[in-house]
Amino acid sequence: MSVEQVPIAVPAAPLLAAAQVTHTGRPKRHLARRVARSWQLYLLLVPPAAYTVIFLYWPLYGLQIAFRNYSVALGISGSPWVGTANLRQFVNSFEFWTVIRNTLILNGYQLVALFPLPIILAILLNTVRSRRYSRTVQMITYAPHFISTVVVVGMVIMLFSPDGGIINQAIGGLGGQQQDFLSDTWFRHTYVWSGAWQTLGYSAIIYLAALSGVDPELHEAARVDGANMVRRIWHIDLPGILPVMVVVLILNMGSMLSTGFEKVLLMQNPLNLSVSEVIDTYSYRVAFVSPLPQYSYAAAISLFQSVMGLCLLVSANWLARRATRESLF
Amino acid sequence: MGVSTRRRPHVADSTGDRAYYIINYSVLAMFTLSVLYPLVYVLSSSFSRTSAITSGSVKLWPVGLSLDAYKTIWHSPQLVTGFLNSVFYAVAGAIVGTVLTVLAGYPLSRSDLPFRRILTFFFLIPTLFSAGIIPTYLIVRQLGLLNTRWAIILPGAMTVFNLIITRAFYQLSVPKELLEAARVDGASDFRFFVQVALPLSKPIIAVNLLFYAIAQWNGWFSAFIYLTNEHLYPLQLVLREILAQSSVDPSSIQGSNIAELMQKKQLFDKLKYALIVVAMVPPLIAYPFVQKHFIKGALIGSLK
Repeated sequence: MSVEQVPIAVPAAPLLAAAQVTHTGRPKRHLARRVARSWQLYLLLVPPAAYTVIFLYWPLYGLQIAFRNYSVALGISGSPWVGTANLRQFVNSFEFWTVIRNTLILNGYQLVALFPLPIILAILLNTVRSRRYSRTVQMITYAPHFISTVVVVGMVIMLFSPDGGIINQAIGGLGGQQQDFLSDTWFRHTYVWSGAWQTLGYSAIIYLAALSGVDPELHEAARVDGANMVRRIWHIDLPGILPVMVVVLILNMGSMLSTGFEKVLLMQNPLNLSVSEVIDTYSYRVAFVSPLPQYSYAAAISLFQSVMGLCLLVSANWLARRATRESLF
Repeated sequence: MGVSTRRRPHVADSTGDRAYYIINYSVLAMFTLSVLYPLVYVLSSSFSRTSAITSGSVKLWPVGLSLDAYKTIWHSPQLVTGFLNSVFYAVAGAIVGTVLTVLAGYPLSRSDLPFRRILTFFFLIPTLFSAGIIPTYLIVRQLGLLNTRWAIILPGAMTVFNLIITRAFYQLSVPKELLEAARVDGASDFRFFVQVALPLSKPIIAVNLLFYAIAQWNGWFSAFIYLTNEHLYPLQLVLREILAQSSVDPSSIQGSNIAELMQKKQLFDKLKYALIVVAMVPPLIAYPFVQKHFIKGALIGSLK
């Protein structure tokens, strides 16, 4: 089953679907005339196309500095080629395994912990009978999605502070040991569960949309046959939204390495660097923090990450097709 | 608001189902309260008496009403500038982003546009393979945009997601018959776009404006790498710098006694709470208006 057949809101679906344009079977000789007649429409497209070329395609062209030794004086195409030297430098570097390990653990933890929760939330919301209750819960739980990363991290820093934060006050009040939740022992948990706070409600939307497509008559029939709620969820709702679950899982795995860069950077401090230094932040540090900016090296690092992400996406897709007969492509 | 479905029970609930509902409603209530609590706590703290925060007496509601944190913000030129910069970036980003999105979305929605498929791919490809931070930074620098307001507004001005929902909106809400009728009357594509399509697309224009404004308001990273001039900093970046300081600037407290120092640290904590409130309230006010359209848009986009 391809993604176009999934009749619900999948983030990737619009992207893929947008490319689906039906062919008109008109003869070729009319093409020139049709192009000429549509010149006003093409003119409308000029500003957005110019924006796309300058700010999206030109950087793609600039990505070649990953294989060059970029210097400001020589520019992108003038700097000397060095082949894969930058990539090799990264793979052989002292930090390589640390950042790879940190990236995989942090994102793997996030994926495993946060993938099932929106599904559960959506199923719970879907079976709520009071429309008002369901809407109130949705309204409130979507809200954190619209709050900035800086504010979320700020709230974490303030509320979890070992120096008078409310959480540590509560722990102290209950007789527990106060904790520094941004230290290397806690960093991953704090990162993942503050992410849960921010994204759970919103991530449930897609499953709610899928659940609304499940035929209510199936439920009625099962009810008459004496199936209780839990059994009906297990045998009707879950199989009904399985395709969406697979698509979301594949997409999450594909973007697994690149998500959360800004948040990790904001939460980083010298005390948690040993677990919080991920590929993205390392690349950022090489380019912008070190006294001698190594743009080529940094670009090679992020290219390495993109390629790894693509491999993950493809292998997740392959696994999904093997296991459930559902896949994205 | 939001996606919701309802099943009308025709048969009486079994005991098991009743237990299910009790658990369901309580889990949802607990989750909702735990989402709500930090927001309320931050709001309450920002309005509380300064000493009440450090003593830990603020639990849920404000303890002893005081506005001095907000007064401090109001009297700090750095914070007021940050706020005004954020407003500027939000408004400018919303306008630039919406104009680009509508200009791209309308022609791409026209099924009679030759090469529509290729053009759509042209806009999609960079989302699938994006170049990353460093090449983009080098281009922005090469264009001489570093340390200008343009560096915040232009890179990332248009997002493909908005383009898709806008294009879908035009496909669904501007009937072909209208276009044909206008053609018979001799209207050009320009005239049809300005006089028919644009007025019909007010809702999607509003959604675009709000989306881009929220994104700009919440953004800090482009300011972080493209700007060094503090007078151009948006509020989020100022907030980040302040949060990064664990306490008051040591140079400003030299010579003061312990009691004064304590008081400053307490006020500083409260100031952080108040700043968090200022930075998060605008998107929270705006989001209920976008949310409905967002879901609708996402559904349209995928169905199409």
